[in-house]
Amino acid sequence: MASEPQGGLTEYISHHLKHLTPHTSPEGFWAVHVDSVTVSLALGVLFCLWFWAKARKATAGVPGKGQAFVEIVLEFVDGQVKDVFHGDRRVLGPLALTVFVWVFLMNAMDLLPVDLLPWITEKFGIGHFRAVPTADINMTFAMSLTVLLLIIFYSFKAKGFGGYMHEMFTAPFGKHPLLWIPNFALNLVELLSKPVSLAMRLFGNMYAGELVFMLIAGLFTAGSWALYGMGIIGYTVWGIFHILIISIQAFIFMVLTVVYISMAHDHH
Amino acid sequence: MDFNATLIGEMIAFAILIWFTVQFIWPHINKAIEERQLKIAEGLDAAERARAELRDADSKVAAEIKVARQQAAEIIDRAQQQANQILDKARADAIGEINRLKASAQDDIASMAQRAREELREKVGALAVQGAAKIVQREIDPAAHKALLDQLATEI
Repeated sequence: MASEPQGGLTEYISHHLKHLTPHTSPEGFWAVHVDSVTVSLALGVLFCLWFWAKARKATAGVPGKGQAFVEIVLEFVDGQVKDVFHGDRRVLGPLALTVFVWVFLMNAMDLLPVDLLPWITEKFGIGHFRAVPTADINMTFAMSLTVLLLIIFYSFKAKGFGGYMHEMFTAPFGKHPLLWIPNFALNLVELLSKPVSLAMRLFGNMYAGELVFMLIAGLFTAGSWALYGMGIIGYTVWGIFHILIISIQAFIFMVLTVVYISMAHDHH
Repeated sequence: MDFNATLIGEMIAFAILIWFTVQFIWPHINKAIEERQLKIAEGLDAAERARAELRDADSKVAAEIKVARQQAAEIIDRAQQQANQILDKARADAIGEINRLKASAQDDIASMAQRAREELREKVGALAVQGAAKIVQREIDPAAHKALLDQLATEI
């Protein structure tokens, strides 16, 4: 596909940046990104089954390596939550675990060779396939908007509807009626900036990472052995660096989710 | 930025994943971890206790060994004293026995000498009578002259 004579690299990249959509509706609201949905659901199910299998057989005795690994992940997440949030962790802990592992797994799709999944799907006659759900803005916003709903839910739960509204209109400037509108505007911006920053940060990082992989992969078809070698080196170096990025992005997403929700619990 | 129905689908999927984790994953693993923490804490406690008990037992054993050693020394002392006493007594008994035997032997000797002397005296008396008879050429009645002869015998 990258061997088209005209504008090879641009073609290659723009081809790779197209999401898989049902043929009947290539544009508009119902142009569901089948690739993002498939991969994210597959990874979600993988996460659930994997951790559930370990959880079901979890014993207090000497743990197997699989159980120990799952426990390490869980304790790591729990420790992060404990540092930020001082309260009942029975929901926030699992939420953070889900965010961390799921985002990490989806990010990790970036480490697959950039052409591998598209090449496989092409054998089945499917032209476009993007393997990294977190490089799809729908995916990251789906998560961050869910987090926003949870922020609002926990704000209501912790402060009550009246308390929350009172806070929205009177903090941070004061109780004077003239200040209600500025207060509310500021709080609204603050509230809405949370999901946007959360989603855009993850999306931007993963999209850029994917793009760099594509650019490097372009070297393979550049037609020179020197460039081919550089491609291999570049792909390896960027891949190793990307292990760090995907972990950090999953971690940041988790920690910020926990921070935002624990802030919803706090009174101003 | 092409938002579409993917967003809503993924939100639902995310919510379901969170629910699943809250319900089926977190509690079980967390329980296992907490139970194990408890177990480890108990194990460490038990080890600490066992170590303390061992220390106690060691000191107790040392004390008992000390006491036993003292007792053994006392017993040996007493045995030596007793042996000495027995030896002393045996020596004293032996000396007493020797003295007694010596005394009775001396008595025997003395009485035998006495008897010999008397026999000798009588024989000398008889010899003296015979000698005197031969000298006076006549029979001296030993019965009539007994007092005289006895006197003679004592004088010899």
